[in-house]
Amino acid sequence: MNRALKIIVPIAVGIAALTLWEFLVRHYNVQPFVLPAPSAIWAAFIENFGSLMASLWTTLRITLAAFALAVTGGVALAVLFSQSRRIETALYPYAVILQVTPVVAIAPLILIWVGFERINLALVIIAWIVAFFPILSNTTLGLKSADHNLIDLFRLYGASRWQIMWKLQLPTALPFLLGAMKVSGGLALIGAVVAEFVAGSGTATGLAWRIVEAGNRLQIAKMFAALGLLAALGIAIFSALSALEWALLHRWHESALKKER
Amino acid sequence: MSLLSLTALTKTFANGVAALGPINLSVNAGEFVSLVGPSGCGKSTALRVIAGLLAPSAGTVEFPNGKPEIGFVFQEPTLMPWASALDNARLPLDLKHVNRGEADARAARALARVGLSGFEHAFPRELSGGMKMRVSIARAMAAEPKLLLMDEPFAALDELTRQSLNDDLLKLWREDSLTVIFVTHSVYESAYLSGRVVVMTPRPGRIEADIALPQPIARDANYRLTPQFAEGAGEVSAALKRAMQAAA
Repeated sequence: MNRALKIIVPIAVGIAALTLWEFLVRHYNVQPFVLPAPSAIWAAFIENFGSLMASLWTTLRITLAAFALAVTGGVALAVLFSQSRRIETALYPYAVILQVTPVVAIAPLILIWVGFERINLALVIIAWIVAFFPILSNTTLGLKSADHNLIDLFRLYGASRWQIMWKLQLPTALPFLLGAMKVSGGLALIGAVVAEFVAGSGTATGLAWRIVEAGNRLQIAKMFAALGLLAALGIAIFSALSALEWALLHRWHESALKKER
Repeated sequence: MSLLSLTALTKTFANGVAALGPINLSVNAGEFVSLVGPSGCGKSTALRVIAGLLAPSAGTVEFPNGKPEIGFVFQEPTLMPWASALDNARLPLDLKHVNRGEADARAARALARVGLSGFEHAFPRELSGGMKMRVSIARAMAAEPKLLLMDEPFAALDELTRQSLNDDLLKLWREDSLTVIFVTHSVYESAYLSGRVVVMTPRPGRIEADIALPQPIARDANYRLTPQFAEGAGEVSAALKRAMQAAA
């Protein structure tokens, strides 16, 4: 399939589905609190543009902060693990416990500890817990994947630990890290949304809260508008990270190799 | 003049596998020595012990005139895939903190010597197997070694590429008065390249025969057709057969 078709076909499918949706809702006269038509959703989006954008900004900030902390913290801890087996053995099980315990179950505790007066910090921490582990585990694996003969060569030339880390282990881990970042970016958004749901009324002002609020008031069109924005945000994060991956890997990594036919 | 001497050298791994020795071997400066033996006879282990990458279990590795600058070439090209040919060749100089300008010039010169001028900015995945091996040799040469250790470097290459790399290697050896210890399992390759072939027994590797051949001063493809070459290869081959029978 050529490139233009790859873009045109999904868009055509989307337009067709929206048209069908609009037609069915009008034809069967479906009540707007059950399923609003795309045109009604668009109208709700325009009507609530200001508050939805403010909410988008809130959710985006929490997601990005959690993601940035997950990447820096995950890489830093992975580097520490690779330098000391003892530290890895001591800490890794706790990282796993943090990962496997459902975040919805931990969230109320974190909200209480951090306090509702610092709600954004609490939300960032909750989203961070969800986003952190893939970065840690993949980077740890990547740092250990350095070619053993290359490590020998570095040693032969008297390389320091720091040189081996910086010039060999980190570049080896880069494709692992970028793959984990694509997973983790999505997870940070999910974490932020879950955290807002748990935080509940009055304090959180992100998109998730707009959805809860609109649901309570049976403003289903507005709910859809907020939902659409969340999906768009998720797609934007994924696309940005895919672009970053391409920029850093396409010249040398096998994954970017064009297949000859 | 002895550059390197191994005395009663043995290597037994932590898992109890006796890989090597005991062996005694002395290599003079400027020699081109091949180590020939069956797979798993400890040839690679011997190279790693000489390079200081593995500690011997018993015996000694001595460099009577001080440890020389060592270059190492593996069976695989072992390049950093994220780095260009030039960046790969410059690695030893970077690790030794040679300033960037000088390091670039020396790495580019090393690439030119192995016939890779114009490929400085190519990434490993853009190069053929033979060219990758040339980058690997350029990297070893960039640090201007006195002793070059090579662990079956051409085993994975096709015959034509291999012969052309053999000739280029002899040229480097001649021009730089290098000392080369070359591990191979090819009798013909050892007879073509070396002035001396050390034949090893199956594990734990010991020295079965130490064969002096005509010095490889001026060799080309025609040398493979001479009686001296056939005689040398025959001698190495016979020693290898004895080594295998003794073990069986």
